[in-house]
Amino acid sequence: MELYFFLFFAIVAVASSVAMILQRNPIYCVLLLIMVMISIAGLYLMLDAQFVAIIQIVVYAGAIMVLFLFVIMLLNLSREEGGVFRIQKPLAVLLAALLFLPVAAMIMSYTGGGTTTPADGGGAGFGEVEQIGTLLFTKYLLPVEIAAVLLLIAIVGAVVLTRKGTVSVGE
Amino acid sequence: MIPVTYYLVLSAVLFLVGATGVLIRRNAIIVLMGIELMLNGANLSFVAFARQFGMADGHIYVFLVITVAAAEVAIGLALVILLFRNRGTVNIDEVRSLRW
Repeated sequence: MELYFFLFFAIVAVASSVAMILQRNPIYCVLLLIMVMISIAGLYLMLDAQFVAIIQIVVYAGAIMVLFLFVIMLLNLSREEGGVFRIQKPLAVLLAALLFLPVAAMIMSYTGGGTTTPADGGGAGFGEVEQIGTLLFTKYLLPVEIAAVLLLIAIVGAVVLTRKGTVSVGE
Repeated sequence: MIPVTYYLVLSAVLFLVGATGVLIRRNAIIVLMGIELMLNGANLSFVAFARQFGMADGHIYVFLVITVAAAEVAIGLALVILLFRNRGTVNIDEVRSLRW
């Protein structure tokens, strides 16, 4: 039963991502990427990562992809994009396939210290908000603070960059 | 229970599809979306390993990666808007002022 769920989410994720990189219309690209995000959230739930699954849907599928949609609609992009190098596409696919070989070899040789299937679920409360929160504010306090500052920098940077009249490139 | 290897293979496939998207697409916004797909592939590995070893530390890393992705998207899309405003295009083949 669990395997069927895994296969369902995996096939939806891979099919949507392949369709995304082949899709011409940027709006459809965003919708397909949202489908990928939601199937990955389903996989997170199967891995007992409830908090990460919710974050995935709320932050990724909710906030980040809406930002993409806003920009695409703002720029009114519907024109066909033309490539300069015709050989580039087959070359890129070939490179990605070549990159897959060492990764696949590494995964196949991975034994995970004896077992690749966990026997227990890591104890009660694994992946729940309480455990994540405790870790965030004790062991990982400094990274969390750095992430907060990073977000502040990103907000200020985005506002400064898109303000009219302050930045002029060319002209 | 699904072996963690399955998740690793799926994560590698998602990462490589994202990398292919970055390489073949000429629209700067779609290139950013390919990067998001690569980050998601990496996140799936983190969560799979966290489950295997029974430690929630991997979830924290995913949390931080999502934070970085949000910051990256905000700055990247601001740059795309700036590019469109100054050049009237988001095709990365036409933006080659820094190329020798």
